[in-house]
Amino acid sequence: MSPEEKFQYLIMGLGGVLLLSTVIGLVLKRNAKTEASRDVAVNLVARIRSWWVMVGIFAYTFLLGSTATLVLFALVSFLALREYLSLTPSRPGDRLALSVSFFLLVPVQYWLIGTDWYGLFSVFIPVYAFLLLPALAALGEDTEDFLERSSRLQWGIMIAVFCISHVPALLMLDIPGFDGNPMLVFFLLLVVQLSDVFQYICGKLFGRTRIAPVVSPNKTLEGLLGGGLCATLIGTAMWWITPFSPLEAAAMSFVIVVMGFLGGLVLSAVKRSLGEKDWGSMIQGHGGMLDRMDSVCFAAPVFFHLTRFFFA
Amino acid sequence: MIAATLCGFTKLLVGASAHWVKPLPAEQQCIYFANHSSHLDTLALWSALPAEIRGQTRPVAAADYWGKSALRRKIAVHGLNAVLIHRGGGAKEGNPLDPLYAALAEGSSLILFPEGTRREQELPGDFKAGLFHLAVRFPTVALIPVYLDNLHRSMPKGSFLPLPFLCRVRFGAPLAKIPGETKPDFLQRAREAILDLA
Repeated sequence: MSPEEKFQYLIMGLGGVLLLSTVIGLVLKRNAKTEASRDVAVNLVARIRSWWVMVGIFAYTFLLGSTATLVLFALVSFLALREYLSLTPSRPGDRLALSVSFFLLVPVQYWLIGTDWYGLFSVFIPVYAFLLLPALAALGEDTEDFLERSSRLQWGIMIAVFCISHVPALLMLDIPGFDGNPMLVFFLLLVVQLSDVFQYICGKLFGRTRIAPVVSPNKTLEGLLGGGLCATLIGTAMWWITPFSPLEAAAMSFVIVVMGFLGGLVLSAVKRSLGEKDWGSMIQGHGGMLDRMDSVCFAAPVFFHLTRFFFA
Repeated sequence: MIAATLCGFTKLLVGASAHWVKPLPAEQQCIYFANHSSHLDTLALWSALPAEIRGQTRPVAAADYWGKSALRRKIAVHGLNAVLIHRGGGAKEGNPLDPLYAALAEGSSLILFPEGTRREQELPGDFKAGLFHLAVRFPTVALIPVYLDNLHRSMPKGSFLPLPFLCRVRFGAPLAKIPGETKPDFLQRAREAILDLA
């Protein structure tokens, strides 16, 4: 099967799953008896509608090619950083550092992927931006909360730009038959997002034991185990679109699930320390861009480096 | 075309999500009055309006700023369909509010910043009398207080490059009409309506 054929089958499969979910969502909404179950169903329908939009945007972008995929993820980083910094206090002295973050660091990081410059891609933010941003803030001549302000910005750049950029960075890996081929990106996003979805479903159906009630009240042990298992099984079943054997695909999926769970947990803690329940409101039913990307932030770099180390 | 571009650009930059305390029917003529701390205020409020309301809503803009260069004039007049007024002592002849009376008389809604100029802080200062005169002459027009949140962070007075911070546009309930209210009382009440939304 050629990559194009594989891709067509994948999109048709996803469309079928979404169609089924839409029907289930509408039936649940119609049959909801109590106020609470109605709220859950309304939110579910909104979530599924947003999934249609997200899958549509990604599928179309993958068809357009690598450059379009890079631009899309640069936009995702920009919007995620915007959400993060909107909730994070800053002072007028941070203006220069903030401008550089939004308008220079984001495009440069993605341009480095586009030019296949792996060496600089992997140190540009952890080394150069790490040193440059506090220097720019220091030029602002304001020492109040200086360390807190600098660290908050560095943390946001690491999560929203560096970590997320590892998703399209999969396109530059030198794996025979997978150069510039979006299948690994597809595999990563599929397993991360299905893990979130199945954890949500299993949590709603069987959830009893809360794992971290203070940080993330909706995360339950039953949800994690059930959802993680489902996502790992589906990831394993998708080995044929990757360079992995079925066993390797299972191991990779397992790592993605674990890292995704940790990402959701950590970003939820950050969100709560900033006094918010959602990062934003741009994705209906889900919250903000970072609410949808939190698991991806943690899973992408680890998946990227494991794949690069063992398969590239 | 210019309008759609401006609106998309504003949403990408600052989000400008609208939050209505009490949504109004689209055909209701309104004067939206808001706190003013940034050059993006007009664009943000205007982009936050639903498209069918936006089409019949004209921002009030200072002629000394928006009429200054050809580009600004093009954005203001062709993009935003703004009503340009001369503020302060800059009035050439007649009442500086005349263009606003004309716009209201032809049925347009208005976006107005009653402080008359941008402030360093987010919370509004004292209001100028214009809003009072408009309210007296057009009693059927609803007066909607609007609070623009976070925009001073995006583009405070004195900055040239706007930063992308999410901002919220909060539309309050229409200001109640109190017959015979004095000008200072009315302006004080209008200002407090914005503070209540903050």
